[in-house]
Amino acid sequence: MMEERAGQNKKHLVISIMSPILVLVIWEVFSRLSVVDSRFLPPPTRVFVALISTIADGVLFIHMKATLFRVLAGFFCGAVPAVIIGIIMGLAGSVRAFMRPLIIISYPVPKIALFPVVMLFFGLGDFSNVLIVSVGVFFPVLYNTLGGVTGIHRIYWDVAANFSAKGVKLFLTVALPGALPSIFTGLKLGIGMSLITTVVTEYVGAREGLGFMIWFSWQVFSVGEMFVGIGVISVIGFVLTTLVEKLERIVIPWKA
Amino acid sequence: MSNSESSGMKIVIKGLGKTFKNGKQETNALTNIDLAVANGEFLCIVGPSGCGKTTLLRILAGLESATSGEVNILRDSQVLPLNTMVFQENSIFPWFQVWDNAAYGLRMRGISREEEQATVSYFLEKVGILEFKDFYPYQLSGGMKQRVSIARAFANKPEILLMDEPFAALDEQNKLILQEELLSIWEQNRKTVVFITHSIDEAVFLGDRVLVMTARPGRVKTIVDVPLPRPRSIEELKGNALYRDLTKQIWHSVKEEVRGL
Repeated sequence: MMEERAGQNKKHLVISIMSPILVLVIWEVFSRLSVVDSRFLPPPTRVFVALISTIADGVLFIHMKATLFRVLAGFFCGAVPAVIIGIIMGLAGSVRAFMRPLIIISYPVPKIALFPVVMLFFGLGDFSNVLIVSVGVFFPVLYNTLGGVTGIHRIYWDVAANFSAKGVKLFLTVALPGALPSIFTGLKLGIGMSLITTVVTEYVGAREGLGFMIWFSWQVFSVGEMFVGIGVISVIGFVLTTLVEKLERIVIPWKA
Repeated sequence: MSNSESSGMKIVIKGLGKTFKNGKQETNALTNIDLAVANGEFLCIVGPSGCGKTTLLRILAGLESATSGEVNILRDSQVLPLNTMVFQENSIFPWFQVWDNAAYGLRMRGISREEEQATVSYFLEKVGILEFKDFYPYQLSGGMKQRVSIARAFANKPEILLMDEPFAALDEQNKLILQEELLSIWEQNRKTVVFITHSIDEAVFLGDRVLVMTARPGRVKTIVDVPLPRPRSIEELKGNALYRDLTKQIWHSVKEEVRGL
């Protein structure tokens, strides 16, 4: 039974690897046969050549470093206050009532729409980018944290009350662990949001970064490099999400 | 606060009433309850569904406040917790291993690690799950989870133990085994216990007295003494004439209330 399932998993892994390869092969063939315009959609092999050359001249590394810094800095600056405020809102009804209208009003505003305002205040530079990114990360993490705390089953609060758990102990033994699964859902959404917002701010407000690289390549019609930028972003997204999932499994060992 | 040794009483309830308000609608859950529970007594409470048994217990646990009347739990010690409850539902924390769950009360009170080590291993051993101390609840059966819950309550060493149908969700075999285990632990500690149940057999098997509540609003209908010798075992009691008479007598009393609904 177990062996059968292990075999099944192996089979699924092979199938999972096959699908992106299949897409790349079809892309290559279509581009070579000019089914699609190879000026706009160059074959993967040519994108690969562009990848090698951007690695060789160090350009890709510079852009990656700039983007990674903004993605991670924005993620931490957004996620940490979101978790703290989310838990406080979840625990204290009065804080929740106070914060709710502010959050409901500001949530639907596309964060990127605030970018010009931020740049007016803080000018062009990493600070403005990171600020906007952290605002983008803040909301999904906040909502999921809040939902995580308010969703904790009443019985656990009763138990804690019956055992006179208060303050920091109550926070550490009920509110935080109870909300953690939901917090991690928020963090995974936050990673995606961080990448998206970072790249968009780099289109207009940066001289370095993968977003800038994509935008600049588009302007000079260097399509191969453009696809390198897009590909590297998706790889970064994949790696970061996988890291958060790994962390989740370490931090939440009680989930079957 | 008076000492229970002198009076022999542990819990004294006078004129207790509870009304729930839901908008303009008022529900009278409990009315005019007078009750005294002796120190070291095992009191079982039975009654029709919705008669307010659980509300009474939650008031004793301090999770609910009474609308009228008063509840006094007489302390033997100024340091021990007043009460600990064993809940009906699965109430052990899914994010803690068995040991950390059982040690919860001690940790909330800031008890030393040495004492925790001794107390928790003692009670986990008593309920037969010491070897599972590193397991998470999702790895345990319903019966084992409830054992953790019982160990957690005893380990906290409260003045009184409150139990809200702790075995209701278990299958018949597990229920019988846990009832015997509960009695064997209790006989070594002789805590004052208030135990709520739907099962008349369970009430007679466990209790020194069985309190029958009326249909809502809940009042004390009658209290039946259970002078069966201890230690008790299910096998012996099943053939005991007094046991059968008592269950029959209590069942008649409960039936009137259920019919009256």
